[in-house]
Amino acid sequence: MSADAPGGWEVVIGLEVHCELRTATKLFCGCRNAFGEEPNTNVCPVCLGLPGSLPVLNRQSVDYAMRIGEALHCDIRRSIFHRKNYFYPDMPKDYQVSQYDEPINAEGWLELPDGKRIGVTRAHMEEDTGKSTHMGGGGRIGDATHSLVDYNRAGVPLVEIVSEPEIGSAEEARAYVSELRAILVATGASDGKMEEGSLRVDANVSIRPRGATAFGTRCEIKNMNSLRSLGRAIEYETKRQIVLLESGDRVVQETRHWNEDEGRTSSMRSKEEAFDYRYFPEPDLVPLAPGAEWRSAVRAAMPAMPFDRRRALATAAGTEPGAVALLVEQDLDGLVLAAIAEGADPRIALNRAANEVAADPDGAARLSAASFARVVTMEATGKLTATQSKQVLAAMLAGESDDPDAIAKDRGFEVMDTSALEAVVDEVIAANPAPWQRFLDGDPKVSGLFIGQVMKKTQGQADGKAVTAILQTRRDG
Amino acid sequence: MPDRITPDDVRHVARLARLAVTDEEVELFAGQLAAVLEHATDVEALDTSGVPPTAHPLPLENVLRDDVVRTGVDREEVLRMAPGTEAGRFRVPRILGEAP
Amino acid sequence: MRTAVDIAEAVRTGARSAVDVIDEHLAEVDRREPEIHAFNLVLADEARRAAADLDRRVAAGESVGRLAGVPLALKDNLCTRGLPTTCSSRILDGWCPPYDATVVERLRAAGAVFVGKTNLDEFAMGSSTENSAFGPTRNPLDITRVPGGSSGGSAAAVAAGFAPLALGSDTGGSIRQPAAFCGVVGVKPTYGAVSRYGLIAFASSLDQIGPFSATVADSALLLEVIAGHDPLDSTSIQSPAPSLTEAVEVGVEGLRIGIIRELMDGIDADVAARVREAADVLAAAGAKVEEVSVAATIYGLSAYYLIAPAEASSNLSRYDGVRYGLRVDAPDITTMYEQTRAAGFGPEVKRRIMLGTYALSAGYYDAYYGQAQRVRTLITRDFDSAYEHFDALLSPTAPTTAFAFGAKTENPLAMYLSDVCTIPSNLAGHPAMSVPFGTGDDGLPVGVQVLAPALGETVMFRVAGALEAAATAATVMA
Repeated sequence: MSADAPGGWEVVIGLEVHCELRTATKLFCGCRNAFGEEPNTNVCPVCLGLPGSLPVLNRQSVDYAMRIGEALHCDIRRSIFHRKNYFYPDMPKDYQVSQYDEPINAEGWLELPDGKRIGVTRAHMEEDTGKSTHMGGGGRIGDATHSLVDYNRAGVPLVEIVSEPEIGSAEEARAYVSELRAILVATGASDGKMEEGSLRVDANVSIRPRGATAFGTRCEIKNMNSLRSLGRAIEYETKRQIVLLESGDRVVQETRHWNEDEGRTSSMRSKEEAFDYRYFPEPDLVPLAPGAEWRSAVRAAMPAMPFDRRRALATAAGTEPGAVALLVEQDLDGLVLAAIAEGADPRIALNRAANEVAADPDGAARLSAASFARVVTMEATGKLTATQSKQVLAAMLAGESDDPDAIAKDRGFEVMDTSALEAVVDEVIAANPAPWQRFLDGDPKVSGLFIGQVMKKTQGQADGKAVTAILQTRRDG
Repeated sequence: MPDRITPDDVRHVARLARLAVTDEEVELFAGQLAAVLEHATDVEALDTSGVPPTAHPLPLENVLRDDVVRTGVDREEVLRMAPGTEAGRFRVPRILGEAP
Repeated sequence: MRTAVDIAEAVRTGARSAVDVIDEHLAEVDRREPEIHAFNLVLADEARRAAADLDRRVAAGESVGRLAGVPLALKDNLCTRGLPTTCSSRILDGWCPPYDATVVERLRAAGAVFVGKTNLDEFAMGSSTENSAFGPTRNPLDITRVPGGSSGGSAAAVAAGFAPLALGSDTGGSIRQPAAFCGVVGVKPTYGAVSRYGLIAFASSLDQIGPFSATVADSALLLEVIAGHDPLDSTSIQSPAPSLTEAVEVGVEGLRIGIIRELMDGIDADVAARVREAADVLAAAGAKVEEVSVAATIYGLSAYYLIAPAEASSNLSRYDGVRYGLRVDAPDITTMYEQTRAAGFGPEVKRRIMLGTYALSAGYYDAYYGQAQRVRTLITRDFDSAYEHFDALLSPTAPTTAFAFGAKTENPLAMYLSDVCTIPSNLAGHPAMSVPFGTGDDGLPVGVQVLAPALGETVMFRVAGALEAAATAATVMA
């Protein structure tokens, strides 16, 4: 778990993920919620914070927030909005409407594919800010001469998901974000596009002696734009803090900026600038108390979450959820479940799906559960060898046909009759006296040579298991 | 509750509120704020245990709108009122720190 | 024939032309505006165009609305599309909103003719209109006196005959107190009854837009036109605008009216006397009048001067020089913010921003803002108790008649004290109105305040109507 933290240290990580909701309009006004448009073309008095403007809450964003709360096993509560007051040019009102001590969702959890649960403290609603671009000086804020502000994004609905500080490594952090992203996409609330900023991650990182319970001083790391950056930044920050503490220095509590090109974090704010947000209840909005009927409707309409899908497939296939995590991620669980339901052998179905089908996502879309089940069954009953099965599957994925029997017949994939096979094996034995002697003497590895040769002679039509059986018969007989 | 408001308090509050204040203003505001807060001691002394705060005079809840697009404001009209613009955006002097 | 009710009727039927009406009022503006300064902006050309258009539509047989041709003045914190809306502040000098306030839209649809944008204390913070960045407004009844505030310009416009109707905003008494000082009717509706969309915010949980007029019936008409739910304001209430014009004539037979004991303390003797005479008049008209205690009202001033500045400090953060209004250039943004706001805001606004910021700041929230919000509940509860036994309440609108310029500017606290009678209604969200009733020893008007429970506008207008009838009768007889 704490593979990144040598020397008796462990790293403690909490993640804050900001998720943009897939609503048609912004949180408090009817402007379009759209990415990548001409600057300042999706604005109105409300999201520009013009004097006299007032917010009105978007019903769909509440629905999405509740779905997220359900998916993260949160308590969904009566909530109010608060103003978070601070000055920054991408803030049209110089306060952000958010939720403070009465958020809509609290006390939930998320289960990683490996089974570990990470607590989710809260998942609250808030409005997004505009975007500043720093000009003159290579785009870095420190060297800029001025900045330009676009308010298209101002007022876009966000849900901020805060984890408990229970993540123990960079790898685990990546797994958390990956799982969370899959959940958010599954709920329909988000399109999950980290590269477009739909999902933004900040990490709180601290270290402490392994086994200690008290928390060390933490730093907040920002500007990680991909899972890879997240991992690299946490690893860098962990090492940086260890070096500090081991040299007798202290970790300063601050916000640090991850620099992707330089591969390091750097301090962005002086320690003195502790923000006093002067939170108070937003007087222009009224409390939000979704009724039992709405909450039931959200619960009833929830599609299966990755967590549920892993469990369902693992149960049907007689294995662990962790073992099928990748298949679920690739959206192949439906195919495998359907095949198993049609009587296909679970182990072979999992295998073929994880290897051949997963390698060709476009082909997978073409593949029907019935055809897939048929190939697997043909392999399981010995009508096809593993190699032949893969070839039939490849043909189906390529769109040649969706009838495995027809393909097998077409390619002459009859299983070789036993006497024909025996004849070929005898030929190979006769042609390889020295290796045959080694086989008789008990060399366990040399059978591979014979199988290989038989395969070559039969152009892959031989069944490896049958060849082995014949070799053993010849030895023992 | 402080006995008086110090000049440092005033400067701190002015900073939070992004208001430049002169030394004279610091002195003046310190006295005036203290006088108003002094007057408010009667409120502070009240026993309000068990009394919920009123954030709104009305018992309204769940005021929502449909997720339907509404025409906004034309960009030209918006930028025309701006003190500084560049490339369709609002132009501001250099920002010294990252956003919180 | 100068009332809104009469003018609208005459214009609708074609008996008078809207152009004649507006010309008459603009002539009055020409005559007295230079000495009164009720307006930041007079809309003479626009008004004449609008009036001409109305006349054309009347001639064509089109329907023209309940306020057809009635000249109306708008407080300059109400957004008017394409027209300067300054809040009497340098920081918004010259700013033209790209949209109309909801009340402005409703008034346009009703055929009202906008005469101009009226002067106010900067950002509605004040009780005398001396805090305007563009110079004070003078009381038309005595130009050495203040008109009251913050809606001093609107009150003066009606008192001077510039328009029969005006709109103001009331956060702690900013409609009622100037109405009292200028001898006109001023109404603060139930919180939420009138949409705040387009009202430039001072204190969001206290602000309400309301009418000024010379007669009670005119205020009833105006309130009917502007009230009602607005989907653009989350705090606006669903109940349809009550029918108030009928209530004015109903009388007070059988109503139980209470004089608020605590609000009779610290009042000038002549003002208190007028309030007692008003009570007598109501009793003579068939109401049952007694004293009643609404004890928590004595904490209103303190609670208000924590809550209002706190909300204001946040509402006024947006005036930062980035998107509109004044900008003082600087090499970095923080300096730009600080210099812009220092140059753009007057001393009273700065004072309240500082006070509000302090009351919300870390370590002080609970003792100041949090406590004030709890005291607010106490005040509402005491009102609710009183309304179990009374239909309406009575008090002075202000402790004095209009004071002289400069009389209260030395000490901010002295100015704040003039709101002691009006503030409790804003804290509770209840309606209240000021009705002129006699004069003080100095010959200046006295206003009597009528208070009612939430959504109690009907009973409030019944009482106001009865007071007006008696006051008019008294004037006739004198």
